[in-house]
Amino acid sequence: MTAVLEIAGLQKSYRSRRRGTRNALDGFDMRVEAGQVHGFLGPNGSGKTTTLRTLLGLIRPDGGRMRLLGHEVPAELSAVAGQVGAIVESPQFFPHFTARDTLSLLAGAGQVRSTRIDEVLELVGLRDRSRERVKTYSLGMKQRLAVASALLKEPRLLILDEPANGLDPGGIREMRALMRNLAEADTTVLLSSHILAEIQLICDSVTIISMGRRVAFGPVEKVLAAHSAGTVRVRLEAVADLPDASEALTRAGFRVTREPDHLLLAGVEESAMVTRLLAGQGLYVSELTWVDADLESVFLELTATAPAPGQSRQVDQSARPATVGQRSAGGWGA
Amino acid sequence: MSLYRAELRRLVLRRLTRWATVLGLAVLATVAVGVFLSNQKIDDAAWAKAEVAAEQYWQQQVRQTEEIRAGCEQAAAQGDQSDRFPADCSQISSPPRDAFPAEQYLPTTFDFRASFGQTLTALAAILALVGFVVGSSFVGAEWNTGGMMTMLLWRPKRVTVLLTKLAALLTGLLALAVTTTVLWFGSFWLIATTRGSTEGMTAGAWQSFALTGLRGGVLALVAAALGFGLASLGRHTAMALGGAVGVVVVGQFGLGVLLSLTEAKFIEAWLLPTYVQAWVEKEVVLRDWQLCQSNPFGPCEPETLTLTWQHSSGLLVAGLVLVLGGACWAIRRRDIS
Repeated sequence: MTAVLEIAGLQKSYRSRRRGTRNALDGFDMRVEAGQVHGFLGPNGSGKTTTLRTLLGLIRPDGGRMRLLGHEVPAELSAVAGQVGAIVESPQFFPHFTARDTLSLLAGAGQVRSTRIDEVLELVGLRDRSRERVKTYSLGMKQRLAVASALLKEPRLLILDEPANGLDPGGIREMRALMRNLAEADTTVLLSSHILAEIQLICDSVTIISMGRRVAFGPVEKVLAAHSAGTVRVRLEAVADLPDASEALTRAGFRVTREPDHLLLAGVEESAMVTRLLAGQGLYVSELTWVDADLESVFLELTATAPAPGQSRQVDQSARPATVGQRSAGGWGA
Repeated sequence: MSLYRAELRRLVLRRLTRWATVLGLAVLATVAVGVFLSNQKIDDAAWAKAEVAAEQYWQQQVRQTEEIRAGCEQAAAQGDQSDRFPADCSQISSPPRDAFPAEQYLPTTFDFRASFGQTLTALAAILALVGFVVGSSFVGAEWNTGGMMTMLLWRPKRVTVLLTKLAALLTGLLALAVTTTVLWFGSFWLIATTRGSTEGMTAGAWQSFALTGLRGGVLALVAAALGFGLASLGRHTAMALGGAVGVVVVGQFGLGVLLSLTEAKFIEAWLLPTYVQAWVEKEVVLRDWQLCQSNPFGPCEPETLTLTWQHSSGLLVAGLVLVLGGACWAIRRRDIS
């Protein structure tokens, strides 16, 4: 398949006299195939937005290579900018302009035919409210306007950072349908979101980033399959025993996620090891089931960002993958 | 070209542009109406009225002088030694009639040739203020709201986008300045025709006014470009407005006080408004009265320093190069986040 977006070894550091150097991107790789809806996941502060901004020429990288639609960027960004629609973080608009004015100014600057404005307003459901000032819009309506502005160019690649932010359930479903339709019409969609169930539903492939490095990538089913093995759900006769069980299992080297009425264990090779260990502590298992992981649990496991009881996780506390052996050897993102 | 047209449209659509323009025009209209109402045409009736007023005032002064002299003579007869009156009462004499010329009692009238130049300074100042505010907001609000980032996603050539935006701003302001200046000339010509005089308007006088108007327009454009550049450097409108307030308060008042305390010569030569005035009015002559005060002999002849519009143009060009050059460098080098 043809890649529309390729990143290899992307690096970006921020230097501060007080806090020293922070690596926002630390040799990040990524590859998005044409015609796919690709999910881009990562905890807060993991480097998602920095990646998107760097790709779009807003941030100067310290190292690495990037290609968009076959062109090296940022050097040849002008050649492809007309084919890449993007919204990065929460877009803001002049509150006193109408949606139509906002789109019309962008269309004028980008030499887009004016009839396209009505088409995108129709697509995002703002047709009847297009002559109202943006300041009267809800967050979800502003988000729709942002998507409309990104669609204005009839892009071959659409980059959306949290497009469902503020949308009502109907809007989220419409957005999902829109993305599927765009993908079917050969538009590649790169979707950054924290709504993992949504990503699992609509994305063909994903890239997960943590601490500026890629920790997982590939088709959604493969990523899930690769990380489902060895996950079991454990219930005890007495829910009150869960903390003791969690402590004992963690001591034994299992990765434990506490839920209100059960535990999820990752990295289990034999279920008998669990029952034997807990029985030895006087804790009796009422249910032990092998589970298929969903994207959320895979994400939490890979990024080590699952909430732990009694602990407040800080934004920079997530998994730092090893540098050696996981990176592609000089190739484009694969 | 499409980006330029879009930016020009954005400039016109912006609420602040419209309000600042309306406010600036309202102030100018108020000045023009005020001048119209406070001046009158001098005709024969006005002259006759002034003659009567001058005569009446002279007679009143004569009467008062006679009364004072009579009081003096009465005091002298009573042997009054106080210094209320001079020793020789004949020194108290009535003023001559020609000390009260009728011209002094004429109503104020607008002499186009004598007074229009000053109004051009006011016009330039207001246009410059409008230009500075609109210019700084035009790019500052874009940075602040993320509009600049959106535009760069469409046109990823940073300096081109910034300079196209500046070109649109200057075009819009130039249109406003030209229209307003033409209206200003027309309004005051009308005022002079109906409430004053247009005498003495030679080709040279017209040329001088036209050049003053031109320099005023250029000042407005420079102010807009400086506001634009400062706001772009700080990526916020407040950077330009705050910077301007800082320059006025610290750089001008503070510097003025400091220079006064050190008894420096030609303090005004260190203050920006002097150069603005020199630019619009062609030249400003500064006088240093300190030397004069210490000389007990002869008339006061203060030392002078003449600042011309050429001096000011050097300062304006240096400011423009520094601020706009800095803004272009910053947009090229700095990340956009």
